[in-house]
Amino acid sequence: MSEIVSMKNICKSYYLCDEEIKVLKHINLKVYKGEFISVLGPSGSGKTTLMNIIGCLDVPTSGKYILCGNDISEMNETELAVIRNKEIGFVFQSFFLLPRLTALQNVELPLVYSGLPQKERRGRAKEMLCRVGLADKMNNLPSQLSGGQQQRVAIARALVTEPSIILADEPTGALDQKTGADIIGYFERLNAEGRTIIMITHDINVARHAHRTVNILDGQLTEARA
Amino acid sequence: MLFESIRMSFVNIRKNKLRSLLTMLGIVIGVASVIALITIVRGAADDIGNRVISLGGKKIYINVIGTPLKQGLTHNDAEEILSVGNITGISPTVSGMASVVYQGKVLENVVVEGKNEVYFKADPDLLASGRAVNILDLKSRNQVAVIGFNIARELFFGRNPIGEEIIINGMTYTVIGTLKETTGFRPDSTNDAVIIPYTTALRVLGVKYIKTLDAYLEDTSLADQTIMEIKGILNRAFNYNEDAYNVYNMGDIIDSFQSIMSMMSMLLAGIAAISLVVGGIGIMNMMLVSVSERTTEIGLRKALGATPFAIRLQFITESIFLSVTGGIIGLIMGVLLAYILAAVIGISVSVSLSTNLLAVGFSAAVGIVFGYMPAGKASRLNPIDALKSL
Ligand SMILES: Nc1ncnc2c1ncn2[C@@H]1O[C@H](COP(=O)(O)OP(=O)(O)OP(=O)(O)O)[C@@H](O)[C@H]1O
Ligand SMILES: [Mg+2]
Repeated sequence: MSEIVSMKNICKSYYLCDEEIKVLKHINLKVYKGEFISVLGPSGSGKTTLMNIIGCLDVPTSGKYILCGNDISEMNETELAVIRNKEIGFVFQSFFLLPRLTALQNVELPLVYSGLPQKERRGRAKEMLCRVGLADKMNNLPSQLSGGQQQRVAIARALVTEPSIILADEPTGALDQKTGADIIGYFERLNAEGRTIIMITHDINVARHAHRTVNILDGQLTEARA
Repeated sequence: MLFESIRMSFVNIRKNKLRSLLTMLGIVIGVASVIALITIVRGAADDIGNRVISLGGKKIYINVIGTPLKQGLTHNDAEEILSVGNITGISPTVSGMASVVYQGKVLENVVVEGKNEVYFKADPDLLASGRAVNILDLKSRNQVAVIGFNIARELFFGRNPIGEEIIINGMTYTVIGTLKETTGFRPDSTNDAVIIPYTTALRVLGVKYIKTLDAYLEDTSLADQTIMEIKGILNRAFNYNEDAYNVYNMGDIIDSFQSIMSMMSMLLAGIAAISLVVGGIGIMNMMLVSVSERTTEIGLRKALGATPFAIRLQFITESIFLSVTGGIIGLIMGVLLAYILAAVIGISVSVSLSTNLLAVGFSAAVGIVFGYMPAGKASRLNPIDALKSL
């Protein structure tokens, strides 16, 4: 199985008034193609920080991170942006849809930055929206959609570039239990289709749906058997 | 991606209609006032310039101050100037003030000018009705007069003056023609003048000398040489006193007139720059507000793979979109304003493509310059902080 994420000795520190705050401490993590793993930890343990590094939104203070064969530590902002566009699909806790764009335009957005022509963009975005069951809501603005529907649009947006990993940070955090379960159901189906998914959560019941769970506590990872 | 940026600009500006409009106002007012100003000045300049060219492109003006011994040119001096090779004709002017009477109606202090047939031939557009002064009038010193527009109106109240008899300084003259009204601002307006044959004028106005004389050129490229010859004649006439006369080439005057006009235009462009800078600061302000309002959007776009360049492009496009829209609105308003003002003042309007392109180009430049900093700020936002800011 091919390695998608390979982290060796990753540390991340923040500095507040000369004081070093070690948020991530010597993290080693490998994620293989087709895995569905969850990162479980309490609030403040460093989950989001880890996800930002995996998602190339942030760079580690030290350590080596290789994503799909690309060494991230040596990349500049523009190269990171290209990697994010190509390899990563983000699903955020609070959806982050652009309020002035329709569902369809929101899903198209990552493809704009891939430089795809409009026609192809539109076709692929429509297809994705159909797959998340929103064929009839394409021209709705986010404000005209329910929370669960908005998160499905966000998932369609994450999938539309055919990324190597789906990165989800508390994807059910803003949803009620039933809608949350639906979303998790989507992730399971996507995983069954062969997608690699990393899901961050503080909820053990959500984490259970993944094949593998890693625990994070105070910036340190421990592998757990689900 | 550029197309996408333009579309997003449109969406954002439409969403903030009032704010965008207020922001554009600075540019709109700046461009409108400058376009109106430049258009009006151009129009006036063209009016004057065309007039001057049509009258005097081929003309040399001789203006005599004279010496105590000899206060002006004599008829013989004039004949000598006419004999210069490149000169096709001369038109001397003697002028004086006189009272003009018609059937008991008296006009005091009227400018009476003595002219010859060449003056009328040089500008066939002078006459409104009747005939011009001709060679026979000059030879036999006929007492005939061609009267200006205002004189005709004041003396005859719309009746046909041709053939009527008027009294100038106690002598009877027959009106043979009327002059067209001269419009706009002109130094050579004939509206209030009465023109009589210059030979007659020499006798009756009590002037012995010609003070001004126009010489018409055959070939303007030889003007300098011709002027040298004329100066030679004048030197001899005034005993080598060079302060006794002035000789102007109308072509030179037109050249300097045109260079003054282009300097004026440049000055106006400078004022344009100032007002556009003020407008630009307004745009910069709005763009900065927009960047901080849309921090989350920027963070999200970056997370989805927007490069710093793409973000910069989007915000610069928005800024240009604002300033160019303002520029075009200003342009339209400016041209309208110019037409209204020109109609009121009574000059023609000259809307030049280059001025319009300059205005739009300049407002685009303002968009780039003043959008650069806010766009740079947006492009440097850290995506994590940007996403957190919600
Ligand atoms: N920019 C920063 N500067 C300083 N400290 C930071 C910064 N960002 C995060 N931290 C600290 O790092 C730690 C981990 O934060 P992180 O956001 O990764 O937690 P989390 O596990 O995602 O928590 P939650 O479940 O509440 O989202 C926290 O103690 C936080 O205070
Ligand atoms: Mg978090």
